[in-house]
Amino acid sequence: MDVEILARIQFAFTIAFHYIYPPISIGLGLILVIMEALYLKTGDKRFELMTRFWLRIFALVFGIGVATGIIMEFEFGTNWATYSKYVGDIFGSALAAEGIFAFALESGFLGILLFGWNRVSSGVHFFATIMVFLGSLFSAIWIVVANSWQQTPAGFHIVGDGLQARAEITDFWAMVFNPSSVERLLHVWVGAILAGAFLVLSVNAWYIIKKKYLEIAIPAFKIALVVATVFSISQLFFGHKSADGVSRNQPAKLAALEGHYDRLARADMYLFGWVNNKTQETKGLKIPGGLSFLVHYDFNAPVKGLNAFKEDERPTQVNSIFQFYHIMVALGVAMITLSLLACWYWRKGTLFDKKWLMYIFVWSVMMPQVANQCGWFAAEMGRQPWVVYGLLKTSDALSKAVSANQILFSLIMFTFVYTMLLALFLFLLHRKIQHGPETRHDEDEEANEAFTKRNNPLITHS
Amino acid sequence: METFLGIDYNVWWFLVFGGVISGYAILDGFDLGAGALHLFLNKEESRRIALNAIGPVWDGNEVWLVIGGGALFAGFPVAYAAIFSAFYVPFMVFLMGLIFRAISIEFRSKEKMLWWRKTWDISYCVANIVIALSLGLMLGNVALGIPLNKDHEFEGNWLSFFNPFSILIAITTLALFMMHGAIYLAMKTVNRLYVKLTLLARDFTIFFVLSFAVSTLYTLLYIPHLSDQLRTHPSFFILPVIMTLAIANIPRSLKNANFRFAFLSSSVTIASLLIMVAVEVFPYLIYAPNNPQNSITIVNGASSLKTLKILLIIALIGTPLVCLYTGFVFWTFKGKVKLDEMSY
Repeated sequence: MDVEILARIQFAFTIAFHYIYPPISIGLGLILVIMEALYLKTGDKRFELMTRFWLRIFALVFGIGVATGIIMEFEFGTNWATYSKYVGDIFGSALAAEGIFAFALESGFLGILLFGWNRVSSGVHFFATIMVFLGSLFSAIWIVVANSWQQTPAGFHIVGDGLQARAEITDFWAMVFNPSSVERLLHVWVGAILAGAFLVLSVNAWYIIKKKYLEIAIPAFKIALVVATVFSISQLFFGHKSADGVSRNQPAKLAALEGHYDRLARADMYLFGWVNNKTQETKGLKIPGGLSFLVHYDFNAPVKGLNAFKEDERPTQVNSIFQFYHIMVALGVAMITLSLLACWYWRKGTLFDKKWLMYIFVWSVMMPQVANQCGWFAAEMGRQPWVVYGLLKTSDALSKAVSANQILFSLIMFTFVYTMLLALFLFLLHRKIQHGPETRHDEDEEANEAFTKRNNPLITHS
Repeated sequence: METFLGIDYNVWWFLVFGGVISGYAILDGFDLGAGALHLFLNKEESRRIALNAIGPVWDGNEVWLVIGGGALFAGFPVAYAAIFSAFYVPFMVFLMGLIFRAISIEFRSKEKMLWWRKTWDISYCVANIVIALSLGLMLGNVALGIPLNKDHEFEGNWLSFFNPFSILIAITTLALFMMHGAIYLAMKTVNRLYVKLTLLARDFTIFFVLSFAVSTLYTLLYIPHLSDQLRTHPSFFILPVIMTLAIANIPRSLKNANFRFAFLSSSVTIASLLIMVAVEVFPYLIYAPNNPQNSITIVNGASSLKTLKILLIIALIGTPLVCLYTGFVFWTFKGKVKLDEMSY
């Protein structure tokens, strides 16, 4: 395999794996703020236990998020050196701002969040919780700004040509508020909050089914359900805004999302379907003129199709983009339906008797996760063949000093390590969930004993 | 060229970058050192205390690396691109070390099985040693310079990174961090563990002084150009003087049980070492020994003036904030480590 495809696989793999965790941190961060606020307001012990239980899960998720996230910052340099030189002037300042404004805030207060419960007053602890949540929100701002600049570059000019060409900033705020950053940021934030909310729903639904820790599980479920309902419905609006932005800024991507080929014609919207890129045919269940309506509020308005773009300036993996996009939309609708259904039964007072519904909620944790991943895959594959839209091709952005063998080596290493990480994460998450919200104090003593029984003959003094 | 307070923006950013890297080396240096000597502690409770001594702060310390990476990417993208693509293999190993350190700390305490904890103890210790050695190896090669073509891309074989000078620097870095970490841990512990750590701190100070002496001798004999600046600007001789005094003060403070002063001295040692490297390297970011014309300097490797100005504003707003909450966290967890149910 060549360097380009290997580098792309490695980037996609490491970022997709990383992206399992930060959205949970953001969503769980919000829910922790709510739980701790309720504890401080009511003094109710249940909210304290709930907060401390989810803090432990948060620590686990955050830990893996940090460990896999640090890779991402340097992967631009290791694998995409030409890209780094091209965008450094612009992208770099967003990344530096992210480090100094977001990560430092988040990681600084994380220590207090996790270890400060008995060290600082409850007010200071609550403040730390809010700071960690804000830090995670801020980190999303800068990285989405940088990514959005790649999709819709603004506030720059090109200096030099050929391999020496690079984008230089002319207007910082135009770069930050480039045409797609605000709508994409809101879309990403809401997706992340859903990831946290559905994790909380899933775990508590399981407790409810098993009739364990009910006095904690039920109020926690309700908190998360409110969050899930509000944000899944609002995602309908933000998702639409985002797609609307794509239609204005990246028409070739929009055409790929719906498998629309005709140069300029009425465009359909598919509920599901299959695209054959060779014959340029899209089959499936469709709403005729649906895409035209969503873009122009007119079922007959013409929309630019893929053939309106040069062959080497439009995405080729149209079916994958189509499928990723449609899975995301379907899951979004499913999350709204599920939340509203649960709210309906909650109002009738029978929610927690509906075992089948609780079983669905146990599995619902996958819905925002898969939707988030699919959304990003659609967005990034739809951007191809450009790495910076309309300016720099992905194939020109590589590190010329890195060979295919080196990438193969690191890719194998990442695959091995990340598979192990995922297995360990699920194992520990499972154990923590089984262990439940109550703390047991005897564990550490047991471990101490077990250790001293096997004394180490090599080192005797200490 | 435009200046700010009489200094070029490019030089400013070089100073900021150097400051962040020194901050990283001082702060994460003690985490890495504490981790590298983890297996020298042989009781479960000692290991837990050592982990919890860095527990609330290591993550914040690692952020300095992230900021440093961002600072290099933003201010000197050409150097960022060249360094990380050149050091592809050692850097991937370094990143793996960071992953394993993070997850070992996080996972170890989650289960109480003996094999589980022992496995993570070993992975934790090895990860820290690997991180320290690979950092030192890369630092050594940056000081030596790496071959670059006219597009500022690495041309050469990565196996050449394993040269005697860089290996010596790698060992010195490990020794330095272990000394630093032992002092930090001694500051955070009581009773028998404390006594043990004071002995370890003494041993690692000797280890560091020896490896540093050998590296210095090697440099003076075989790589004389790395002391050019000191030779031509005698006023810089203050740096080795400060460093020697700081090193000499470490055993003295250890003896008087004045660990804060010992810790301060080892921090000064780290900072003055890095400043000396910076002085020797300046104005190059990466020197290209194959053809000095291809070298990356703080001028040809830098972002536009506008970006450097924006970055300086970001740094001016951000640095006090970071210092404020870093200080707050360290103050919250000051004093000796006490284990409770939220500990690792």
